[in-house]
Amino acid sequence: MELNKIEKLLEKYFAAATTIEEEKVLKDYFASSNVAPILVQYKPMFVYAVQTKKEQFTATLSLKTKKRSYAVWLSVAASVIVLLGVAQFTFNQYNKPQWQDLGTINDPEIAFKETQKALDMISVHVNKGIGSIKYINEYEQTKNKIFK
Amino acid sequence: MHQKEFLQLVNPFKDKIFRIAKRLLVSVEEAEDATQEVLVKLWNKNESLNGYKSIEALAMTMVKNYCLDQLKSKRAGNMKIVHNNYADREAGLQQKLEDKDTWSWVEKIINNLPEQQKLIVQMRDIEEMEFEEIAKVLEMNEQAIRTALSRARKTIRERMMKIQHYGIE
Repeated sequence: MELNKIEKLLEKYFAAATTIEEEKVLKDYFASSNVAPILVQYKPMFVYAVQTKKEQFTATLSLKTKKRSYAVWLSVAASVIVLLGVAQFTFNQYNKPQWQDLGTINDPEIAFKETQKALDMISVHVNKGIGSIKYINEYEQTKNKIFK
Repeated sequence: MHQKEFLQLVNPFKDKIFRIAKRLLVSVEEAEDATQEVLVKLWNKNESLNGYKSIEALAMTMVKNYCLDQLKSKRAGNMKIVHNNYADREAGLQQKLEDKDTWSWVEKIINNLPEQQKLIVQMRDIEEMEFEEIAKVLEMNEQAIRTALSRARKTIRERMMKIQHYGIE
């Protein structure tokens, strides 16, 4: 390739007026082994461009994201539905109005006595509970004896 | 569209996306992430892809925007270190020898250009894209691109000269 032509192309190249074809000519010229000594300084620019284009995307590409997230949301939705279903079912099961005949008392006097009896029973149990709290007091005293 | 079809569709230009991302983000890992991100975004568009004239041009625009956003958020977050592969740079005789190869100087010079010029040099000199395509991706007119490219090429030449004459004069 005549030196003259290459020099002209270079001039155009630096003015950004070359076409892709002309730039290819330059790249080929500088890739060859017989570059004119005055032009050797330009060699790296063109060699670099050619070399760099060889670089490739080597990481593995995964496009799964979209599908996977779909599956995830689908399973989340499904499990929520199942959960709600089970909850609804058990809720209904336990809260069924129970028709138990507990009887009724018509005479206010007897009713009063029955109520009193029931309340007595409660207070007896409560007192029993309070009784066992006294032990805790015992502990307190022992503790006070040890840690003065 | 099936995954296989999609992969075939992006195969011709996925390396190009990667190289552009690497030009802007410098680090290989980040460039890989960016490429991945852009391709997944494209895949998610799937159905609407047929509406685009050139999927490649769309991908170029996407990767450009993604990387510039990435750089912007990094700067906002006060993270000064853009590339993480410093360690590789220093280590190894092989690497040092390679560094002596003048064309790795070219890389450094290009990476020091302003972002827009970087992109233009990448797309024109390395990827050999027509001005028309570049204009579309960058949303600039062709004349402005030619001007920027000329400026960038001259800067590279100038700095190369300086390096080559260093120690001689």
